[in-house]
Amino acid sequence: MDGDIMGDDVLLDVRALQIGFRVDRHTTVDAVKGVSFKVPRNGTVALVGESGSGKSVSSLAVMGLLAPDTTVIAPSSSIRFDGRELLSLPAAARRALCGKEIAMIFQEPMSSLNPVFTVGAQIGEVLRLHLGMGRAQARRRTLELLDEVGIPDPAVKIDAYPSQLSGGQQQRVMIAMAIACEPKLLIADEPTTALDVTIQKQIMALIASLQQRRAMAVLLITHDLALVAEIADQVVVMRHGEVREAGAARQVLDQPADAYTKALLHCRPRLDQRPWRLPVIADYMKEAGGGERQRFAGGDIAEGQGVTFIHPLQRERGYRPDDEPVLVVNNLSKSFYVREGWFGKREFKAVDNVSFTLARGRTLGVVGESGSGKTTVGLTLLRLHQATGGSALFDGRDLLSMTAREFQAYKRRIQIIFQNPYASLNPRFTVGQILLEPMRIHRIGADDRERTGAAYSLLEKVGLPAFAFQRYPHEFSGGQRQRIAIARCLTMKPEILVCDESVSALDVSVQAQVLNLLQDLQDEFGLSYIFISHDLSVVKYIADQVMVMRQGVVVEMADSDELYRDPKHPYTRTLLAAIAGRT
Amino acid sequence: MTGAILAGPPAGLWTLAWRRLRADRVAMLSLAVVAAFLLMLVLSAGGLVAADWEDEVGVNYAPPGFVGARVAVGPSAVAERAALPDNPFDPLADDIRALKAQLAARADATPEAARRATLPFGGDKWGHDIIKKTIKGGETSIVVGLAAAALAVGIGTLFGALSGYWGGVVDDVFNWFYSIFTAIPSVLMILAVAAVLQQRGVATIVLILGLTGWTGPYRLIRAEYIKHKGREYVLAADAIGASHWRKMFSHIFPNVSHVALVQLSILVVGFIKAEVILSFLGFGVPVGVVSWGSMLNEAQNELILGRWWQLTAAAIAMALLVTAFSLLTDALRDALDPKVK
Repeated sequence: MDGDIMGDDVLLDVRALQIGFRVDRHTTVDAVKGVSFKVPRNGTVALVGESGSGKSVSSLAVMGLLAPDTTVIAPSSSIRFDGRELLSLPAAARRALCGKEIAMIFQEPMSSLNPVFTVGAQIGEVLRLHLGMGRAQARRRTLELLDEVGIPDPAVKIDAYPSQLSGGQQQRVMIAMAIACEPKLLIADEPTTALDVTIQKQIMALIASLQQRRAMAVLLITHDLALVAEIADQVVVMRHGEVREAGAARQVLDQPADAYTKALLHCRPRLDQRPWRLPVIADYMKEAGGGERQRFAGGDIAEGQGVTFIHPLQRERGYRPDDEPVLVVNNLSKSFYVREGWFGKREFKAVDNVSFTLARGRTLGVVGESGSGKTTVGLTLLRLHQATGGSALFDGRDLLSMTAREFQAYKRRIQIIFQNPYASLNPRFTVGQILLEPMRIHRIGADDRERTGAAYSLLEKVGLPAFAFQRYPHEFSGGQRQRIAIARCLTMKPEILVCDESVSALDVSVQAQVLNLLQDLQDEFGLSYIFISHDLSVVKYIADQVMVMRQGVVVEMADSDELYRDPKHPYTRTLLAAIAGRT
Repeated sequence: MTGAILAGPPAGLWTLAWRRLRADRVAMLSLAVVAAFLLMLVLSAGGLVAADWEDEVGVNYAPPGFVGARVAVGPSAVAERAALPDNPFDPLADDIRALKAQLAARADATPEAARRATLPFGGDKWGHDIIKKTIKGGETSIVVGLAAAALAVGIGTLFGALSGYWGGVVDDVFNWFYSIFTAIPSVLMILAVAAVLQQRGVATIVLILGLTGWTGPYRLIRAEYIKHKGREYVLAADAIGASHWRKMFSHIFPNVSHVALVQLSILVVGFIKAEVILSFLGFGVPVGVVSWGSMLNEAQNELILGRWWQLTAAAIAMALLVTAFSLLTDALRDALDPKVK
């Protein structure tokens, strides 16, 4: 690799790092299996990988934040920082180093800040503890820092509590805290994952400019390769605790040598392509292994047309005039009331006069940032929230005005898949119970034997093994759980499926698998989807029509190709411009 | 966890829980202790053990065997009594003499000499064997503790579930009821319920403690329901059309059951102790029924005389059961959680 750095230029040198976690008395699980990488002074290195790749564990080991009683670090491992061996340093010396010379920012700024102290007090504490500043001096410095990280009106915001700031501002405060002691190394662990796309861009720009101005090194940990392209000099791709590929960022991104890196780059749906079926990691790994090629890309249609998974068949999207409308929503509104004073209340319009038509067998994408009301639209249609106004005509009947008893019959026809597959499955139910319950409630199937048979065939349909039937949800990975959630919806043979950020919490490669599954099911059963997401690339891939929402209002609605080619509304343009990796 | 699912014979929730429990040494030990206590309860209730606890087998306040017999005080006491001269002005002198004669005749029936000077763990005022008395007392105390705690947790869980799940007016009504209940001092409350029930007995004590003890579980279960009702799995259950009752008790309850279990163990401990207070106030077990509470009550006066064994026996039995029971419920909670490997 060309970016090899020598001797004095190396700030952090991790060698043969091997970390295991003790599960119980007899078993240890290896999380990191001999990882080596270097971070040069004034350079930015990105550790890229999916969940379970060991990237976060490696960075926590550098910070010394792993729980000592359950962690086993192999004696052959070495972490040298600025010429000192961190692993043999006594605990007190190590603590003094961390926070002062190595600082870290985390994924969730909301939970990393203490809600009962003002941001000024929290930054001031760092300054007084590590630099021994007095109160007045610390406050002056805090103001400067807040100004440096781009908090508007720092003189006011210094006395604000974390809850009074937006997510982006909270992350800026976290960054101010991290750079307060002028660290030589800043570790950023998924710093933008929890933020909206437009904010993500700003935070990445801030980190990049701070790195330049302060001449510090940055170790960026992320799952998003597109993000890496923007700021990193070096990239280390990790999988299952091993380094798959390392090198200069441009080289790795443009000419990946490793099959896994290639797969990661292509699993994400792209704005300029819409393959019949998204490539998944298995395709690439098989190719690398020289094994048999799997048949794919729309099956028979693609047969013999010179289509490979690198150049797949493209799918056409968009509403056609002869589409049969299945759900017609008119002026849907939902207000929440915030109590004010003793008797007063303030109205907060979460959804304001939203109208759309969903065609049978088509997908409507709903895009927006947090607080745009996109999730509320979905929940209101399922009557999980009571609508304030408007109508939703399904088969000529208004879903929103019928009685609970009447709606019970419609529940099986309109279903929802939630964002977090870890939260949406009852942890105390086996997968079998989860699948049988809706069939029992709606009396689908003659008896339990027939229902069990149906459940087994659905498990097969969503690509899960038969023995999953007796297992509990926690025994499955995120992608598998989302498949269970999808299978649960399918037990009722719904016509409309609301996917509320259904792939957002999943790893890129798993995301591609679940998107493929959803697409296959639509092709097979003619399902109609309302696909709610903040991720514009995913929506572009799956949706026929896209509705852009902002603060409860629809700002733009158009066929997906048209919307992405020629966005009319300035907000849509801002959103599109914020997509990482798009130049 | 990256989908490392082992193919193999599946096991049900209870089989898995039992397997996990068996791996836990502390849990198995406490289970053995609790089982031993329950076995003793069954045996004594069935009259197989300690049925003869009311036999006056020892001298009064017979010390434990390992302490050794008291130096013979009996004869000197008799001599003292004999030395007391008759009062010629006593109008009851004739009656007393008749009573004394009767007493002498009774003493012949159960001769003082036939009573044992020491008992394995000592004797009480009447010379009852303390070990048998403790076993018999446990019968009452354990039944009172378990039944009253089950009643209290049952009421508290039901009210808490309804209140937390429905919120709004239902919640307000239950909260008012709760506030009124807790505003009254607990002893006054207990006395009021006791006065209404108007009879003494084990069932009454269970009712008194159960009807006044539900407030703690109610608060905790209500809070858990408020937290859980907004969770996605409950929304998902709503979306598939599950009824309210189903959501409350098939979906949410198993996820909050650990709170109820822990409350149960805390209340069992508290109620065994509360029975002591009731007995002290005269609302406890009826005369002729023994419980650990009544034993502790008697022990107050004995302790001044240096007779520590009754107190010790009741205290050890209580401490053993209570500790084992809390450890067991704790382990049970962990074992019943499918997320814990």
